Amino acid sequence: MPVNPELLGRAFPATAPIEVTAASVHAFATAVLASDPDASIAPPTYPIVVQQAALDELLADPSTGIVLSRVVHGEQRFATTRDIVIGDVLTGELTVTAMRALGPATMLTAETVVRDAAGEQVATATSVLVIGEEDAA
Amino acid sequence: MNALPESGASLAERTIRLTRAELLRYAAASGDHNQIHQDETVALAMGLPGVIAHGMLTMGAAVQPVVDWVAGLKPGADGTRARIVEYGVRFTRMVVVDAVEGAEVHIAAKVGAVDESTRIVRVDLTVTAAEQTVLGKAQVRVAVP
Repeated sequence: MPVNPELLGRAFPATAPIEVTAASVHAFATAVLASDPDASIAPPTYPIVVQQAALDELLADPSTGIVLSRVVHGEQRFATTRDIVIGDVLTGELTVTAMRALGPATMLTAETVVRDAAGEQVATATSVLVIGEEDAA
Repeated sequence: MNALPESGASLAERTIRLTRAELLRYAAASGDHNQIHQDETVALAMGLPGVIAHGMLTMGAAVQPVVDWVAGLKPGADGTRARIVEYGVRFTRMVVVDAVEGAEVHIAAKVGAVDESTRIVRVDLTVTAAEQTVLGKAQVRVAVP
């Protein structure tokens, strides 16, 4: 089944709140080989945790026509309005902002707005997924 | 106020080694447990040359020299700290992680552009493994007080 063209513009409900704990920042910072894994500021790519939770909703929805084994991560971008720090509680709201054909594949842009507990936008995480008609790789 | 760096200046160079242990650690920390990053049999069955690093691990590690540079900048008079405001990459090539040797990834961070009015410094990353570029258009924007 091809990717459902009606996905374009679709907004998904906010993720469950994700608590930015000292343990999760330490584990993530250590994993990306940070020089100071005990810093209170989360690494620049930490919002992927929220983006991943949001993408899981998209990928779990059978109406999308997306088969996970055919998905390749093409691009990733983060823009932040402030640093994410230990103690933040974040949610992500994903919208499919672009879709275009790339040969037999579909390039899908998923933009996740990351908000803190007060509802303020702290980051935007943008993933470009390349979804093949055949199994990836 | 920090002096703005010159466009073209080298900020940092670093070579890191990613082994299967690093991949397991990243999987646990990020929640990405895709078996192509852990299990050779699964990776080969998917048509890959072997276990490959998570693109997000490469992306996350590649920006660390910039994180260190930012941490060394002075806060502004009003206390504003230098920070990374944007970071984006294209995943152009896979990093194959050998079971014994792991994979060496070389990172070079260079000043790509300096905006004197906004004090935003664009840092361009050149990230290579096995002498091939693995991240395309890897750019970090830093607000410098």
